[in-house]
Amino acid sequence: MNIRPGAGHSAPGRFPVMQATTSSLISLGGVEKAFGAVRALSGVSLDVAAGTCVGLVGHNGAGKSTLMNILAGTLQPSAGRLGVAGEDVSAGYGVATANRLGVRCVFQELSLCPNLSVAENARILHPSLKGLGWRRRAAALIGGKLDAIFPGHDIEPGQIVGDLSIARRQMVEIARAFSATDRNVRLVILDEPTSSLDGVLAAQLLSFVRGFVAEGGTVILISHLLAEILNTSDRIVVMRDGGIVADRPASGFSRASLVESMGSVAREMDARHARTGGGAAERRVSATAKRQPEAAPLIAGRGEIVGLAGLGGHGQTDMLVRIFEGARMRTAGVTVEGRTAIVAGDRQTDGVFPLWSIGENATIASLGRMLRGMLIDPDAESRMAAEWKERIGIRTPDMRNPILSLSGGNQQKVLFARALGSDADIILMDDPMRGVDIGTKQEVYSIIRREADAGRTFLWYTTEMDELKHCDRVYVFRNGGIVAELSGDEITEDRVLHSSFEPAA
Amino acid sequence: MNTALLARNARILLPTLSFVVILLAVFWLQPRAMSYVGLNLLLNLALPIAFATIAQMFVITVNDLDLSLGAYVGFVACVGATWLGEQPALGVLVLAAGIAVYAAVGALIHLRNLPSIVVTLGMSFVWLGLAILVLPTPGGKAPDWLRALMTWKTPIVPFAIYALLALAIIVHFGLMRSAYGAVLRGAGGNPRSVERAGWSLLRTKMVMFALAGVFGMFAGLALVGLTTSGDANIALRYTLLSIAGVILGGGEFTGGRISPVGAVIGAMTLTLAGSFLSFLRLDPDWQIGAQGVILIIVLALRVLINRAEARTA
Repeated sequence: MNIRPGAGHSAPGRFPVMQATTSSLISLGGVEKAFGAVRALSGVSLDVAAGTCVGLVGHNGAGKSTLMNILAGTLQPSAGRLGVAGEDVSAGYGVATANRLGVRCVFQELSLCPNLSVAENARILHPSLKGLGWRRRAAALIGGKLDAIFPGHDIEPGQIVGDLSIARRQMVEIARAFSATDRNVRLVILDEPTSSLDGVLAAQLLSFVRGFVAEGGTVILISHLLAEILNTSDRIVVMRDGGIVADRPASGFSRASLVESMGSVAREMDARHARTGGGAAERRVSATAKRQPEAAPLIAGRGEIVGLAGLGGHGQTDMLVRIFEGARMRTAGVTVEGRTAIVAGDRQTDGVFPLWSIGENATIASLGRMLRGMLIDPDAESRMAAEWKERIGIRTPDMRNPILSLSGGNQQKVLFARALGSDADIILMDDPMRGVDIGTKQEVYSIIRREADAGRTFLWYTTEMDELKHCDRVYVFRNGGIVAELSGDEITEDRVLHSSFEPAA
Repeated sequence: MNTALLARNARILLPTLSFVVILLAVFWLQPRAMSYVGLNLLLNLALPIAFATIAQMFVITVNDLDLSLGAYVGFVACVGATWLGEQPALGVLVLAAGIAVYAAVGALIHLRNLPSIVVTLGMSFVWLGLAILVLPTPGGKAPDWLRALMTWKTPIVPFAIYALLALAIIVHFGLMRSAYGAVLRGAGGNPRSVERAGWSLLRTKMVMFALAGVFGMFAGLALVGLTTSGDANIALRYTLLSIAGVILGGGEFTGGRISPVGAVIGAMTLTLAGSFLSFLRLDPDWQIGAQGVILIIVLALRVLINRAEARTA
């Protein structure tokens, strides 16, 4: 378990003998991965011994999923050494090698074929299930595994996966990952396996994991439920900013120390604009989460920057969409005073029009104000494009160039220009800084602050802790609902993290 | 759960039901159709359409569309009416080359990540041009064995019914029950997952397009066997008819959700709808429009069923 090259071997908690006598099943050395300008992994070294369960925790964007995708063979590392079962597979490691070596992965996004039956999905993973009677054998294989992991389940192998509930699909996917034919299973990576399972099913899975490990199997468990990690793992690895920051036997961690090592130590917070909280002056938005219509609503006032925090995918985007729709039609629990505009986080799918020019992308939301008769006034359009090129600093020689000629960060600026240039009073931002370089970020932060001072309201979903310090108030989301409201000096990484995770069971 | 099961069965039942309704309507309008000769006249043109529909279904399974199918069927008919009878070796070679081109189109679409609509739309002009080169004016003559096969007097019910039945069963077992069929359909449902399991998506796409070429070829040969002569424009309608047949039969444009049995029934329904409108003595000018109305009604029912499914899920 080298944390970094040169650090010595130390025996992890429960399997000291194994560690000493057998070579490790997985051995990563200095693995790096970059997506464009963003470094997702910066030199990760990790050894995993056979017959252990390793818990992997970290905040969003810490690099967990990237690391697991590299192990599963779906991403190739930019640099580094990768060994599986004593074989050096650094060169040309892909899904085929991963399959051959028995590395399985349950990904966060479900990876079953929804149009096939449960048994047919098992067949997809096992090429040896063929010939006469393959349907019966596939059904027996997956049915047997489901019985072993989730006794008392009610899934029939003949059911079409698309007709199953999300929880049952997850169960099938997990059972499939643990199933073995001539394709052996050595390492199973579980990425948030219990996210859609109820308590009973989750407990069944975790006890199965312990049994699997006791028989010599290896599991890497990723979960945001810290109790799960603490109770199931032999060893816990904490990641932050693309590197490993702690790696100790599970017994050496408590919930508090785990949370602490995920966040950075007491960060200096910027001097914050002192504001009257609660939007007392002029309330613009009031919205309850769909899951908890009775609870206190999210409130945002004129000139406020309100953060939506918490782990990714816990209802923040849904809330933004709810508010966006609430501004257009009556929605129970949502009142919005003013016009809204949204800045999409997923540029490629929700944001840019890839075939249009930069200028057209920036002005699309404001065309209604640039009409001359029934037609668009091209002069007004190019004036607006030129104005925003200056105001937000879009780095291009000509706004008529195609949008895809810009870097990711500059594309994002165009999306900001689109929202800020419109007449919207309320700007909804859906994690807009993903994959944007630090310089651009700083520019955009100051623009947001300036616009807020001019009276606009910002609702800002972000998964980056640093960005929350720009907010006047922060709502922390968990499981589709608001679990905490922090304002002013209360907005610390520590408080946000503690609220993001389930209270210790 | 129970209602979900009901809704799913309704999806399988709907094509069958619409077929039966139209068949009964035809019998009611024209009782003499309830005979060997009558059924033969009603359904023998369903056979080439059913082959084309199955061909289209293979392509739709992997989330693509083939807009060149009608032109390709016409090309095969032209080859069938000329070279296949006169120089059988050359004819067979050309038909085999056609299938190879289909596989190559599948490979091109996968490797270059091109929209299939664009590629196959382009290919439709290639096939049409080739067909005109082979047979500049309508004419030619189908090989005798092909004519004999298509006019074969089978016992009890006409040949077309046996052939349609065999087609549905063979494709059902090949695609819905076989081990590799599951992989082929999975490549339409969740390509990434199939790829992660170590299967070649290139191969699945090539196989599916080649199968489309094979069944499109059967469609062209069946057609020329029935009409006895060829014409480059003989089957241009088949492109849209085949797509309609797949959808009518319970298939969906994306996600690998298809049904071979449904597709064959869908093709039969479309053919019968044409006859039904003739029996109504509807002006031929209105028939295409009326066929469209029938299609819209059935598909509207489909949407209602899917909504019911979504609610129960």
